[in-house]
Amino acid sequence: MPRPGPSQELSTGWGRALVFGYGVFAVAATGRSAVQLGMHADRAPLAYSLSLLAAVIYLLATTCLLLGGRTGWRLAGVAVLIELVGVLSVGTLSYLATDLFPDRTVWSHFGQGYAFLPLVLPFAGLAWLRHTRPRAAGH
Amino acid sequence: MTPWLYGVILAMCGVAAVLLVVDLVRDRAAQDSHFLTLAVLEVLLLVQLVWGCVALAGTERDVSAATFVSYLVTAALAPVAGALFSLAERSRVGTTIMLLAVGTVAGMELRLGDIWSAGA
Repeated sequence: MPRPGPSQELSTGWGRALVFGYGVFAVAATGRSAVQLGMHADRAPLAYSLSLLAAVIYLLATTCLLLGGRTGWRLAGVAVLIELVGVLSVGTLSYLATDLFPDRTVWSHFGQGYAFLPLVLPFAGLAWLRHTRPRAAGH
Repeated sequence: MTPWLYGVILAMCGVAAVLLVVDLVRDRAAQDSHFLTLAVLEVLLLVQLVWGCVALAGTERDVSAATFVSYLVTAALAPVAGALFSLAERSRVGTTIMLLAVGTVAGMELRLGDIWSAGA
C-alpha cells in the first residue's frame, strides 16, 4: 500500500461526519459569542469569554480535521482536549457556582441547551483521532 | 411568525429523521427519497426565511433582529451543507450527516420559536 497520508483519512469516512458536527458548533458558538459580546459584554464577562474560547476551539478543530496531516492531527488533538476540559469544567461549575454564569454558554450544564452534543463531540473526536493516529511511531 | 409553518417544518424534520434512522439501521447510504425530503425541508425553510423577515419588519415585538435573522439564514443553510457532505460520503456516514443536519434544523427551529416569543 503506498502509504496514504493521514491527511486523507482525517476528513473522510466518519471524519466527515465529525467535520460537519464541529462545523455546526463552530458556527453556533461563533454566532453566540458575537451576539453576547457585541450586545452586552459587561453582563457576564466570564461566560462570554468562555463562549468565545469555545468558538475558537471549534473553529480550530474543524480546520485541523479538514487540513489533516500530522500537524493537523496533533493540533486537532490539542483542540479536542481543551474542548473536553472546557465542557467538563464549565459544565460542573455551571451547576456548582451558578453566580459565575449568569448567562448560558455552549458548555453550560454540559451542553444541555445543545442536546448534550458538546459533551459527546470531544469523545467522538478523541475516538476518531485515536483511530487515525499516524502509525509511523514504533515506540 | 407563523405557527403553522413552524409546526410543518418541525414535523418535516421528524419525518426526515425517521426515514434516516430507518436507513441508518439498515446500514444504507442516503437515498433519493432522503434528498427529496431534504429539498422539501429546504423550500419550507426558504419560505420561512422570507416570511420571518417580513414578520420581523411588521412586528411590534421586541425581537432581537440580528439573532432572529441569523437563525433563519443558518437554518436554511444546514440542509444544503448536509446534502453536500452526504453526497461526498455515500455510506451510512452520509446518512448520519443528514440526520445531524436535520437535527440542527429542528434545534434551530425550537430556538427561533423561543427568540420570537421572548420578544412578546
